[in-house]
Amino acid sequence: MSMERRNFLKLAGISALLGIGGASVAGLGRKGAEASQMEPGPNALTAKRWGFVVDMSKFRTQADIDRVVHACHSIHNVPDFGKDSPHEVKWIWTDAYEHVFPGNEDEYTPHTLKEMPFLVFCNHCAKPACVRVCPTKATFKRKDGIVMMDMHRCIGCRFCMAACPFGARSFNFRDPRPGIREPSPEFPTRTKGVVEKCTACYERLAVGKMPACAEQSNGGIVFGDLEDPHSEVRKLIASHYTIRRKPELGTMPSIYYIIRSNGTGGAEHA
Amino acid sequence: MLEKALSGSKRYWTWIVFLLALAGVGTIAYLYQFTHGLGITGLSRDVTWGFYIAQFTYLVGVAASAVMLVIPYYLHHYKKFGRILILGEFLAIAAVIMCILFIFVDLGQPMRVMNVMLYPTPNSIMFWDMVVLLGYLTLNLVIGWTTLGAERKEVPPPAWVKPLIYLSIPWAASIHTVTAFLYAGLPGRHLWLTAIMAARFLSSAFAAGPALLILLALIVRKVSKFDPGTEAIQSLAKIVTYAMIINVFFFLLEVFTAFYSNIPGHMAPLKYLFVGLEGHTKLVPWMWAAAILAFVGIGLLLFPHLRRNEGILAIALVAVFLSTWIDKGMGLVVGGFIPNPFERVVEYAPTAPELLITMGVYAVGFLVLTVLYKVAVSVKEEIGV
Repeated sequence: MSMERRNFLKLAGISALLGIGGASVAGLGRKGAEASQMEPGPNALTAKRWGFVVDMSKFRTQADIDRVVHACHSIHNVPDFGKDSPHEVKWIWTDAYEHVFPGNEDEYTPHTLKEMPFLVFCNHCAKPACVRVCPTKATFKRKDGIVMMDMHRCIGCRFCMAACPFGARSFNFRDPRPGIREPSPEFPTRTKGVVEKCTACYERLAVGKMPACAEQSNGGIVFGDLEDPHSEVRKLIASHYTIRRKPELGTMPSIYYIIRSNGTGGAEHA
Repeated sequence: MLEKALSGSKRYWTWIVFLLALAGVGTIAYLYQFTHGLGITGLSRDVTWGFYIAQFTYLVGVAASAVMLVIPYYLHHYKKFGRILILGEFLAIAAVIMCILFIFVDLGQPMRVMNVMLYPTPNSIMFWDMVVLLGYLTLNLVIGWTTLGAERKEVPPPAWVKPLIYLSIPWAASIHTVTAFLYAGLPGRHLWLTAIMAARFLSSAFAAGPALLILLALIVRKVSKFDPGTEAIQSLAKIVTYAMIINVFFFLLEVFTAFYSNIPGHMAPLKYLFVGLEGHTKLVPWMWAAAILAFVGIGLLLFPHLRRNEGILAIALVAVFLSTWIDKGMGLVVGGFIPNPFERVVEYAPTAPELLITMGVYAVGFLVLTVLYKVAVSVKEEIGV
């Protein structure tokens, strides 16, 4: 008898939760889709088109790079299955110049530049191929330029991964939770079978914070509004020689990489 | 008419039980994948589509090839195809069902598959592929069932089915064109980014589909009293010959463009497939097998006296079928992912559970095909054609 009563209460509780959930989802509408899980707060950072300028000369040691990667992966509950796992999930990582900018190197490019690590993450393209191909709008472009993921809508078809020319996307080939050492309560964990990637810390922007990578980079990653001529990113682009990954494909990436005039891609302090 | 599938010889039921057993094994393997995720496959962050999508792509072609019977019969009144036509339409149905199942087993979140309909997204080619495949399935079910029903009553098919038949012709071209567009519109995948992709898909489909159909017709003639017709088979064999030659020609166009232009990105996947890249050669033996089988198939089909011998014809058709299966399946799908966007080589090979699930889907497809063919053949035997 008592079991039945408990079951009834459980059911009632679940129904009430579902009811409330339903109402709030209905109320959010299109605005909800823009912000995904976050409603922007009063201090929210806003822009017409968010973009990044990456200056690898500011990363003097491997520890500088690791700190940025760790900041991102730890707050976003990115699982760690080891670097060589075919099921690796990563939002930000480094690869060598010759692999990040294939075709830019030649047989006379100095070895130091060829091997130099460059940080890579989602380019938040202005014309993203991933958004074009997604059959459910699970990945979509916000008005501020961020290419978002709705991991509750994603069916896991991985068309976006075939479309992305930058290899920015990861698929949860298995349950990611066992790979998360210290789960962060600030950000939802994902489930197996969905695609994920960098979402430009939309949840931090909504409360007035800069993306975690930029914050931890000692000025190596600058985040700002590409459409604002007075923004720091625009000033850096105006005063330095910058390149983007595979601009010839027309996706209009929003990450600019500073290449220093000493021909080492930025290792001015090295 | 479906009751015809419920009575059959011992051999028929043994075959049905055999297919059910294979489908059962496939289902168990799928439950394993469903529980653990796609990590049980050989897929990776770098090669995100593999054996399932390869089968899907190939079978869309098999489905589309029914049009190679419909055009001569309905537009050119080539009456010799009258008897074999229903086999083509029913093959299309089984093939589309397998396509849908292969997409389903490839999904990371299969329970959300209806999101494709709940949030229709016209800018996604996958959305259109769903539309054209479901449409083609419906068209062939309605047309096949109605015309067979009319034949059974020995009356002409109802007038309303004619427009549907005409509609099915461009529709067949559309399913394979749209499937090619899944690949051909992606920036940065050099093997796929080619305007001739849809044309290649259609030519290989019109070789592979009729090749399979002739093999099935030869089996039907062996196991039943129904003869699809020697002349129909020979005419189809000519279609296979032309289509296969065009298919190889189109492929060589790709080779010319990539290697004469000398653009590294365009050459890399072709090099990977045929000579290996940076020491990675997993697909090389397969691709050369496909190349040799293509030339064996064409060689045997090209000479009329050879292809009129049905034993030799069968060998030629198996060669064509396997060649196109390797080339358009694993070669095309996996080759497109290698090298990856960082110009690194990560290889792929299907795992045992992946192969079992694939086998299960084929078993379901052949089960559908067997039941449909049983109905068709029983009707034909009943009216004594």
